Amino acid sequence: MRRFAALVGELGSATKTNDKLQALVEYFNDGDDRDKVWVIAIFSGRRPKRIVSSSFLMECCIELTGFPSWLFEECYHTVGDLGETLSLLVPVGKTETAGQPLFYYLEKLIDLNKATDDKKKEFILESWKGMTRNEMFVFNKLITGNFRIGVSQKMIVNALARTVKNDASVIAHRISGNWDPQTFPFSELTGQESALLDHSRPYPFYLAYSLEEDLESLGEPAEWFAEWKWDGIRGQIIRRDNQLFVWSRGEELMTEKFPEYQPLKDSLPEGTVLDGEIICFSVTASDAIDFFPLPFAALQTRIGRKNITRKQLTEAPVGFIAYDLLEYQGQDFRDQPQWKRREVLEKIVAKIGEPFVRLSPLVIFNQWEELTAIRLKARDLGSEGLMLKRKQSVYQTGRKRGDWWKWKIDPLVIDAVMVYAQKGHGRRSNLYTDYTFAVRKGDELVVFAKAYSGLTDKEFNEVDSFVKRNSLEKFGPVRTVKPELVFEIAFEGIAESKRHKSGVALRFPRISRWRKDKKSDEINTLEDLQLMLKQYGKKV
Amino acid sequence: MNLLTFTDKGIYCSQGDFYIDPWKPVLRAVITHAHSDHARPGSESYLCHHFTKPLLLLRLGNIVVQSLEWSEPVFMNGVRVSLHPAGHIIGSSQVRVEYGGAVWVVSGDYKTENDGISGEMEIVPCDVFVTESTFGLPIYEWKPQQELFYDMQNWILANRAKGNNSVLIAYSLGKAQRLLTGIGEISPSIFVHGAIWNTQEVLLKAGFQLPSVKRVTPDMMKDAFKSDIIIAPPSADSSPWMNRFLPYSVGVCSGWMQVRGNARRRNVDAGFAMSDHADWKGLLSVIRACSAKKVFVTHGFQSVFSRYLNEIGIESAEVKTEFGDEAELETEKQLSAGENEKL
Repeated sequence: MRRFAALVGELGSATKTNDKLQALVEYFNDGDDRDKVWVIAIFSGRRPKRIVSSSFLMECCIELTGFPSWLFEECYHTVGDLGETLSLLVPVGKTETAGQPLFYYLEKLIDLNKATDDKKKEFILESWKGMTRNEMFVFNKLITGNFRIGVSQKMIVNALARTVKNDASVIAHRISGNWDPQTFPFSELTGQESALLDHSRPYPFYLAYSLEEDLESLGEPAEWFAEWKWDGIRGQIIRRDNQLFVWSRGEELMTEKFPEYQPLKDSLPEGTVLDGEIICFSVTASDAIDFFPLPFAALQTRIGRKNITRKQLTEAPVGFIAYDLLEYQGQDFRDQPQWKRREVLEKIVAKIGEPFVRLSPLVIFNQWEELTAIRLKARDLGSEGLMLKRKQSVYQTGRKRGDWWKWKIDPLVIDAVMVYAQKGHGRRSNLYTDYTFAVRKGDELVVFAKAYSGLTDKEFNEVDSFVKRNSLEKFGPVRTVKPELVFEIAFEGIAESKRHKSGVALRFPRISRWRKDKKSDEINTLEDLQLMLKQYGKKV
Repeated sequence: MNLLTFTDKGIYCSQGDFYIDPWKPVLRAVITHAHSDHARPGSESYLCHHFTKPLLLLRLGNIVVQSLEWSEPVFMNGVRVSLHPAGHIIGSSQVRVEYGGAVWVVSGDYKTENDGISGEMEIVPCDVFVTESTFGLPIYEWKPQQELFYDMQNWILANRAKGNNSVLIAYSLGKAQRLLTGIGEISPSIFVHGAIWNTQEVLLKAGFQLPSVKRVTPDMMKDAFKSDIIIAPPSADSSPWMNRFLPYSVGVCSGWMQVRGNARRRNVDAGFAMSDHADWKGLLSVIRACSAKKVFVTHGFQSVFSRYLNEIGIESAEVKTEFGDEAELETEKQLSAGENEKL
């Protein structure tokens, strides 16, 4: 554990990617093999299930320290991270011996999943006893299941590739998919030959950057495909060995969540992997395409639920918009050019004939100006913009520039006043960075959105100091602030909502700029929001 | 009638007609220490400890200042005033005020660990204690100074192995001098920013023994530094002045570094939680030891700390001062450090 805690320390303090990579390579060179498999698992989203709640841990800490719970909460709001707060409050005991290895704690967490609260508590208190503050921090992050320290899966893959001198794409493919860190050996994850082939394994997704330059810089329009960009979940549908698997971009196996897809187990040809958008759509035709996607909120009713009711299945049926073919007849098809993959994909989609699988329609255009005009219609079609794909390009791994670009429509904007502020987390701890905004309704202010991003560090500092000087009331961590600062809030979509007082729910709200030129009586009204809802919103 | 009251100009003694660390110009100012949020310009006359006097002159320029030895009393309209070591920085004092049998002590800023240069904090028994609370949360618990020096030395050696200079960020008055004594062991020569150089000169002239340092001057280019140690004030962090040290690693020495988010926000390579303020346990131990019947809590986490004192049976109230609020304190000091460099 101490070695791993040291690694986390190095990763946390390194400000350059290369230093992080180097720290990982060193770890993979000298770490314990069983620990290393777990490190890969942790950084690729395969940590053990959370066995206790935050309040359970808080109670353990309160019992040890004798502090009142309000004091614990004050500390938590200042630190902005539960695991770290605990590591600063729990008394440090004797730490001369190195203690247990990482895999011991993780496997113990799996063992304890169904154990009684007393057993869990005993394990946690016993573990804390022999740990340094750093180890305690890492341990707490593991049990609270929230471990983000700026290491992407891509970085893990690169570090492994460098350590074992194997191709990054091979490693990326190996560590995607379904493997159990308790039984899977390190050599199988990284070696040249893999005996334990897993049929469920998805390919790493190819992700696009936003187009920032002129369309002209892309060259000839004839070299490019254009498609609509959809606001669903990126997913892969795999049929291998007579089984069906559905993966999300977050590398989560979601097969069970979408029973609608089950017919594909028979109709999709053996050895096929489709890449596309998991999305709810209705089949009412609009002028350009023969389906209309429902807002993301519809899909949200389906994900994050263990059991799906019949009602949900009829109200929010999930479809799949296919746009790429990664495996064909059991062969990796990613090195084929885009046009070729598309050609075969079209045949497959036509042949399977399932109404819930649609081909992502191509947007026909001859000139870049023409495409610029077409893009403006995106919102009317329920799309968030365009995707541009080079016809000759192969399917790459991860986010790469050059062959795929996303070209989103400009967001909707509204001017609003900040009314509540709360301290942030992580690098924003002890700084008021999480804000709630309101629009006007007559003399009242109506809260309609929260946003956490969009300001520079300098601006956050400025707002933070305003909040501290202009707090009206304090409710736990939230401060009511004098309604004075005006911000422009940008968002991607708007939907009707019965849960919110304002009656609307926004998609991806963020601060687009600080309107220092505006006073709080110049902000938009609830009526303005309702107009936007009428124009662009769709009933969920 | 309270011996001291809290006014919009500062902590005031009406019987003696003087203020302690006033933030607006007054007739008579008793100063706990020379940091700019406690020693502000514009007052007619100043009273402080002998060690603080040259620092006040450096920072406030031409002022009328009288200085005292520890425990040496002066009387102002019958009020007995004396200064006692607070252990915060060189010359930092608690102000003991006595009149008609009542004793009040204003702590200024203080720390309980003896750092070897600021003097050891004295416990002054009193009826009413006015305490700071900069780090008044239990998450703040400092490692002993020796351990922190050891961590810093290891960090410097690791930077050296990579061929990097090590830039340590520390307040020019207090922390910088503390660092010199701690890391001087592993380096015969340490470079310092002009603001720290100025402070060093004043302290040497006043008779303090400090390791010798080299001043970073504008004509020094990159080739002047090779795996060296540089100490600079917070205002120099991320300024173009730092470019001459490339390649370098930055380590910030501040109690705020106890929380990872603060270190990450400032994008520093290393944070060392070293403070010239008392930690949670330090604050509590002093308050218990001085056996005050009432405690006023000023700058820092005053509402939390005061509530906790009440819950453990020590009568307490929070007081708003202009010595800074929560984390703003540091920014404020950074700004004033910036001003000082122009001198």
